[in-house]
Amino acid sequence: MANTDSKSSVIVPNEATESCWSCGTMRAQHFCSACGKVQPAVPVDYFTFFGFPRKLDLDTAALEREFYALSRRLHPDVFAQAEPQERAWSLEQSSMLNDGYRTLKDPIKRTEYLLRLEGVELEEQSKQATEKARATGELKKQVVPPDLLEEVFELNMHLEELRAQKKLGEDDPALLEEIGKAKLSLEEKYDALFNELKSEWKKWDAAVDGGRGEELIKIRDRMVDVLNRRNYIRNLVRDVNEALE
Amino acid sequence: MATEHIVGIDLGTTNSLVAYMQGDSPTVIPAEDGLNLVPSVVALDEKNQIIVGNAARKYLIETSDRAVYSVKRLMGRGVEDIQEELRLFPFRLADDLQTGEVLRIKIGDRTYTPPEISALILRQLKRNTERFFGAPVTKAVVTVPAYFNDAQRQATKDAGRIAGLDVLRLVNEPTAAALAYGLDKRKNGIVAVYDLGGGTFDVSILKLHDGIFEVIATNGDTHLGGDDIDNLLIAVALDDIRGDLGLDVRRNGEAVQQIRKAVIEAKIALSAQDSIKLDVELPGGMRYQREITREMFEGLIQPVIDRTVGPTKQALKDAGLKPAQIDEVVLVGGSTRIPKVRRLVQDLFGRIPHTDLNPDEVVALGAAVQANILGGGSEVTQDMLLLDVTPLSLGIEVAGGVTDKIILRNSTIPASATQHYTTQVDGQTNVAIHVLQGERELARDCRSLARFDLKGVPPMVAGMPRVEVKFLIDANGILHVSAREQRSGKEAEIDVQPSYGLTDEQVENMLLESFDYAEEDFRQRQVIEARREADTILAALAKGKRNAAWRELTGAERREAESLEQALISAKDGEDYSAIRKAIDDLNTGTMRLAELMMDTAVSTALKGKDIEHSDLEEGPVTGHPVAKAEFK
Repeated sequence: MANTDSKSSVIVPNEATESCWSCGTMRAQHFCSACGKVQPAVPVDYFTFFGFPRKLDLDTAALEREFYALSRRLHPDVFAQAEPQERAWSLEQSSMLNDGYRTLKDPIKRTEYLLRLEGVELEEQSKQATEKARATGELKKQVVPPDLLEEVFELNMHLEELRAQKKLGEDDPALLEEIGKAKLSLEEKYDALFNELKSEWKKWDAAVDGGRGEELIKIRDRMVDVLNRRNYIRNLVRDVNEALE
Repeated sequence: MATEHIVGIDLGTTNSLVAYMQGDSPTVIPAEDGLNLVPSVVALDEKNQIIVGNAARKYLIETSDRAVYSVKRLMGRGVEDIQEELRLFPFRLADDLQTGEVLRIKIGDRTYTPPEISALILRQLKRNTERFFGAPVTKAVVTVPAYFNDAQRQATKDAGRIAGLDVLRLVNEPTAAALAYGLDKRKNGIVAVYDLGGGTFDVSILKLHDGIFEVIATNGDTHLGGDDIDNLLIAVALDDIRGDLGLDVRRNGEAVQQIRKAVIEAKIALSAQDSIKLDVELPGGMRYQREITREMFEGLIQPVIDRTVGPTKQALKDAGLKPAQIDEVVLVGGSTRIPKVRRLVQDLFGRIPHTDLNPDEVVALGAAVQANILGGGSEVTQDMLLLDVTPLSLGIEVAGGVTDKIILRNSTIPASATQHYTTQVDGQTNVAIHVLQGERELARDCRSLARFDLKGVPPMVAGMPRVEVKFLIDANGILHVSAREQRSGKEAEIDVQPSYGLTDEQVENMLLESFDYAEEDFRQRQVIEARREADTILAALAKGKRNAAWRELTGAERREAESLEQALISAKDGEDYSAIRKAIDDLNTGTMRLAELMMDTAVSTALKGKDIEHSDLEEGPVTGHPVAKAEFK
């Protein structure tokens, strides 16, 4: 029932060969195609769960429609009067539905998720990783993107200066303006990177349709690079904001 | 008997209510005193009988150490969390309380855990409902503040179990309010619910879409509400009394409760009038009198109500919405009756909030709607579905005492996350996991939910085992954990050490005791009510025998009636409910003709010009009773 999209036939759900626990008929995804009973969740990726192909330029309105439609059938509230086993399956299925929806509706999470499915281990540039590194004293793996080297070097000097001035209670409007300008430039780059990512999506999706495996690897690596740069800038902007507070 | 009713319960800090779906509309079930609100007050009377609700309020003043209120503030909390509460509320902790033990509160010379006290309130609501339906009620939906953490939710669920209720679902209070509101309006759009109750504040932002109520973001403060306003006013009064009258009544529980009652009345009055005169009689016959203007009141409470601004802005930010994008604002909770609060909400959202729902009842009404949905739904609730979120992020403590967040706040529930663990030492068979809830980076700043010990990991070289742990937050917002060692495929055993809260065994023990009581109580009430009914019908028969109609019966009919009368008299002295019930029904049937004859007499008397008011009809006909009692099977 998840297959409202004709493109979804690209992926054949691997559980289609199993039979329904209740009536024994070959079952469809989530529910038996014959008797409609809820089925145990099977470990599939989120794209498959929603019946979408493993593509990035996703129709989020269709995703939302599918999410609501599946929620109406899988949510534990619908199974409040059912047998414990069916209740447990509904809980499992609807948590997977919600986890999947959360991941796929967010463009960055969706890209990161797909990259992980493709075997990529993304660098941990999150605030958590930073805190963890601070607390444990370990050095965090953080590579400055080459095209940003100069800008970052200058910005860090300014930030040092700002912190020093703050300690002395001084205030230098010229310095604040410099930092403000640098921040604005970073934010522009941040937005530009998102657009760059979106253009990679289209290339990825076209390569999937064309079955061009080698090209996929190149696009994948470019997306990893875009995400890393984007995360780097995000952390930098956060540092600037903290220093300005 | 028709299918059992599933009721919706609002277990509030100050008041509690129970409601059910009467046809298409949710309806509050009144208590024995006819009132909808049951004050969340529990007291012990002179005979150590438990009293709940309005009847318990007088004990707050007469014997304040034998009564307790606002116990919801203590649910799911440890002794170190409640120092503030102990300063502001007259809670008395058990003398022998051990560290790490679940709180126990003294009422008179007995001690109860907060879930047990809440269970006593729930049991009262259960009884009110059973009296209303004339049938047992065992299933309920219970509401909790949206911002309640796992421990507070678990404690509420435990309270339900102790009260003999199967809690089918915990529903967040603002979400329940939105359900009641949405049922009414049938609109699509974005709704913000601002819920300032007796002891908790919640703000939730929902998207209503063709019957789906999707919570987008929620925030709040589980220790902020009308109670805090009362405490400010009490503090002012106590200061005045000390300064002006030279009297220190801070340690005098009765006097403080007397003052509390007066300031609450004043607070309520100030929502409608510009000034109010406080007048409290103090021990020793002195009086404390002062005038409070609305302006003074508003200045005093400003810091309290300002505490709702941060969570409201955060919820909007998390939802990714600007105030202008909110289509409707719904006010919930008694404290939103305060004009100053309404102005604050209006300023925050830039629109006039919706106030045509009763802010005290809307949560219980919404709970009744959800109960109906869970029961299979009816025509009005057919396409309704609630998609709620977890209010707080779930995390795991990792190296360096840092919180690694694995399920972020505002994730739609049920939600899950999987983590992998391994061992540090060769042959290690246990892995310790510390689960946290909260938004802070460091584990020590988050709420400790539980420490799990994964046991039975097969002994292997360090780093070899791969234990997969699945964390799942269910539709109640309660965490479940399961684990499996992936190389051996062995299910790992989990030892749950809840940081705050009762173990299953403790709940079980409390449950059995009070359940026995409840059954016993229920049976006794049945017998008492049946006796009352028997007395009514016997009195009516006695009256009927003096009526002219009696002589119109045949001798056999009279003998039959009298033998049935004797049977009822002897049955009602016994303890067997069904025997009394049967004797009542038999006598009813056996005196049917007498009743008919009496009716004829009454009518002909009336026709003769006599005032029907003074006829025998005044007592009511012998057969038939104003309220048909349902059968217990």
